[in-house]
Amino acid sequence: MISFVASVGASLLQVCQVIGRSGVFFVRILGWGSGFKAPVLRVIKQVHQIGVLSLPIIVVAGVFVGMVLALQGYYILSSYGSQEAIGQMVALSLLREFGPVVSALLFVGRAGSALTAEIGLMKTTEQLSAMEIMGVDPLKRIFSPRLWAGVISLPLLAILFSLLGVYGGAFVAVDVLGVYEGSYWANMQNSVLFYDDVIKGIIKALVFALVCTWIALFHGWNAKPTSEGVARATTATVVQGSLAVLGLDFILTAVMLGGF
Amino acid sequence: MSNRPPTFVECRHVSFRRDDRVIFKGINLSIKKGQITAILGPSGTGKTTLLRLLCGQLHPTSGEVLIDGVDIGELNRAELFELRQRLSLLFQSGALFTDMTVFENVAFPLREHTRLPEYMIKDLVLLRLESVGLRGAADLMPAQLSGGMARRVALARSLALDPELVLYDEPFTGQDPISMGVLVNLIRQVHEDLDLTSVLVSHDVDEALSIAHQVYILAEGKIIGSGTPEELRHSEDPLVKQFLFGKAHGPVPFHYPAPTLKQQVLGHD
Repeated sequence: MISFVASVGASLLQVCQVIGRSGVFFVRILGWGSGFKAPVLRVIKQVHQIGVLSLPIIVVAGVFVGMVLALQGYYILSSYGSQEAIGQMVALSLLREFGPVVSALLFVGRAGSALTAEIGLMKTTEQLSAMEIMGVDPLKRIFSPRLWAGVISLPLLAILFSLLGVYGGAFVAVDVLGVYEGSYWANMQNSVLFYDDVIKGIIKALVFALVCTWIALFHGWNAKPTSEGVARATTATVVQGSLAVLGLDFILTAVMLGGF
Repeated sequence: MSNRPPTFVECRHVSFRRDDRVIFKGINLSIKKGQITAILGPSGTGKTTLLRLLCGQLHPTSGEVLIDGVDIGELNRAELFELRQRLSLLFQSGALFTDMTVFENVAFPLREHTRLPEYMIKDLVLLRLESVGLRGAADLMPAQLSGGMARRVALARSLALDPELVLYDEPFTGQDPISMGVLVNLIRQVHEDLDLTSVLVSHDVDEALSIAHQVYILAEGKIIGSGTPEELRHSEDPLVKQFLFGKAHGPVPFHYPAPTLKQQVLGHD
């Protein structure tokens, strides 16, 4: 019994330790490094790695999610005879939920796992140590640009996702199912609010970006320097990143809708 | 000797523990300026750990490490990073940045720590690469290099900022005889040309003894012998002899601790 209590205590302590370590880590990678031009160039390079290279998956997923939403929405709405409201339904679901959440999930899988594996391997091959010994802080040189690149990329990807979803929905609703085009767009225009729907969606994406990139970077930094350690860290990034997105989505929605 | 060179690096009663495993118990060493000091020892005695203690990546559990008279345990992060610009460590793996070309790897410390114009960086990098014989490889990626070449590039990179102290971690491990010879000569040559203080940890006895001025032998967390290569070759200490002449049996056991063979195989004594 005592040993059970002790082991629970020990694992709780361990959790606290990891939270503390990752918190300190987060504060330290917020820095920018000296100068202006070089850090900006590094961030741009990482935006390419993290954001631009995630475009294909976001584009395809966005179009298809929009098309499926229109299909599903059409069958439900038409049973009430209100299939004209489909544009509004597609746009609201995308802007408020699917855009930020699905892009964040894809982002964790595509970019987050790559970040963890890349940094884990840098650690395994002692590149991070080498940099530290050269008197260059790897947290500023390697980690900060990646964090900022993630924060810049994901909201943009989420906006693109929603935009393409709306067009995918329009294709299915208007061109395939024969909903009147004017009402698809007009209903959307009338019901979507810039602050409540668009901005709040972007805020969600920003939070997801910060948390997912932080998780990915921390796991890379914390990985055991073996191939097994890097594999575990990559898995942990995807699992924890996805769960964090879904959990935070609930909290953010609750807070922003003012339900609590 | 009348004009003994001054001490550059000193370990005073350094002990180090990792979890419950004691790695060093009270090590004293002093590394003289301008000399090549070799630290020899069997694998797994913490030679790499010792180098990490010397450059402040790890901190001793007790005791102190002094570099040029400064206790590095007392330095804050910024001061430590500044001190590190005066020393460099050559990793066993080379630790080249895999996303940069050979040229960019060697240029990295220059770009980070100096404000030299691009044409000067180019000249300096090419000169460094020339000195390790790899000017022609400037545009290759690290993945395209052989192990020996990677180590030479890493050497060029670690010399880029004209350090005072260079630490080599197992520089000869896993090299074929030719690149081994090349490395031994290179280390000796840059040591003399650049007026360095060099420390190399190794278990390649012959190569290390051939270039070192001063040798420490490390085993079981302690210094078991020290002196010039000549003195050690004539040492009567059984542990020193076992290590230098590569005997399987001696004070360092060949067998990992285990129950007797009879007991384990037959289940009884």
